[in-house]
Amino acid sequence: MTEQAYNFAYLDEQTKRMIRRAILKGVAVPGYQVPFASREMPMPYGWGTGGVQVTAACLTPGDRLKVIDQGADDTTNAVSIRSFFSRTAGVAVTEATAEATLIQTRHRIPEHPLTEDQILVYQVPIPEPLRFLEPREPETRKMHSLEEYGLMHVKLYEDIARHGAIATSYDYPVKVEGRYVMDPSPIPKFDNPKLSGCPALQLFGAGREQRIYALPPYTRVDSLDFDDHPFDPSKADHDCDLCGAGDSYLDEVIIDDAGGRMFVCSDTDFCRSRRAAGHAGRLGTPAGEAA
Amino acid sequence: MASALTAETLGGGFDDAPIQSARAFRAALDAMARPGRIQVIGGAVPPAPLSVAAGTLLLTLADGTTPVHLAGDADCDALRGWITFHTAAPLVPAEAAVFAVGRWTDLLPLARFATGTPEYPDRAATLIVEMPVLEAKGSVLAGPGIRDRARLTLPDPDAFRANHALFPLGFDAFLTCGSRVAGLPRSTRVEDV
Repeated sequence: MTEQAYNFAYLDEQTKRMIRRAILKGVAVPGYQVPFASREMPMPYGWGTGGVQVTAACLTPGDRLKVIDQGADDTTNAVSIRSFFSRTAGVAVTEATAEATLIQTRHRIPEHPLTEDQILVYQVPIPEPLRFLEPREPETRKMHSLEEYGLMHVKLYEDIARHGAIATSYDYPVKVEGRYVMDPSPIPKFDNPKLSGCPALQLFGAGREQRIYALPPYTRVDSLDFDDHPFDPSKADHDCDLCGAGDSYLDEVIIDDAGGRMFVCSDTDFCRSRRAAGHAGRLGTPAGEAA
Repeated sequence: MASALTAETLGGGFDDAPIQSARAFRAALDAMARPGRIQVIGGAVPPAPLSVAAGTLLLTLADGTTPVHLAGDADCDALRGWITFHTAAPLVPAEAAVFAVGRWTDLLPLARFATGTPEYPDRAATLIVEMPVLEAKGSVLAGPGIRDRARLTLPDPDAFRANHALFPLGFDAFLTCGSRVAGLPRSTRVEDV
């Protein structure tokens, strides 16, 4: 049921046109951060205001929306954004990755492979990959224009000098089609390989920082590395304790006061559908039984 | 040159702007994100000679903040009045345009259009090129948004090669024909056949 007091998908038409123009320019220059006039949204900065504005500009009444927060459909952020669009746009919602036409995500890429008929919208806190190396916006803008990314490689090199390996484990910088260095948002580097050659359109919205950028389908995305220290999309050395999956990104959960812990899929839909299909892990229960 | 308010000027807009512009934008986004794939778009009924697709793109994307350039035939009283009434977009010469619409030969020379600056490549014009035919055959396209290769009828492949050579600067184009639209961003490589 749409709340009649709001325009379709909450934002006014003038705002949506402005965001839509920014999205189209972002698509035309993959990896480049397009400034846009981010609006105040009825949620605080840091709760996905950029992603929400991009989603609002893209939604059509026929869409089926999925929202995840760190892979989970049932956390506060995901639940409230889903209900926000269900009320202001009247769109259908789902928790199943395969059934969604538009997925808004905070910090994960779903395990289930995406298709050409889907759009993935990322919530981005800090869109500028060089920001912690160079705080001045005019300088980082110049560095992008000159393709001057030496500083980023120095940072990765210092990681290796200090830790023996590149210690960045999320927010791992990538290079898009050999041109722009881009911040993939704080997804684990485990997800980085899924950015490249993805059949779905990927859009990134940073509300507080007022930037939109994009990866068109099948765009080549390379995680930055060195010849002698190639990129390693690391993963916890366990299987999921609920569904037994050996190839998914895992969360570590403390389960008692005696050092007990378990590893579970961060993607709740992936884990649930595997258990529904009869898979069970070390602590898991087969389909139909209460966990 | 005050044009009278006629039914032609006042009509032909969206009946339900939020929904129709949302659908039209998704088609335009798909077109720009997958160069060579032709989308069908509609909702607007602009006066001649503008196509339904070009008119719908303008209603979806243009407003008082986006100067529009009308090239050749498109620069007629009926269209000036229609665009002004429905979008409030200022009508300007090519050099100042955010959107430019017209037939390919009328849009030349392309050097007049903004291609962005090295620090703000997004500040580039979007051309809406009215085509006599638009089909998924002809020139071979590759690049972001295209899995292997795509094909599209282009007005002048060399002009798009030159535009791609400016990347990350350059203009972006929608090619329109009737209610059909295809996107051709500056990131697309036009290959030699």
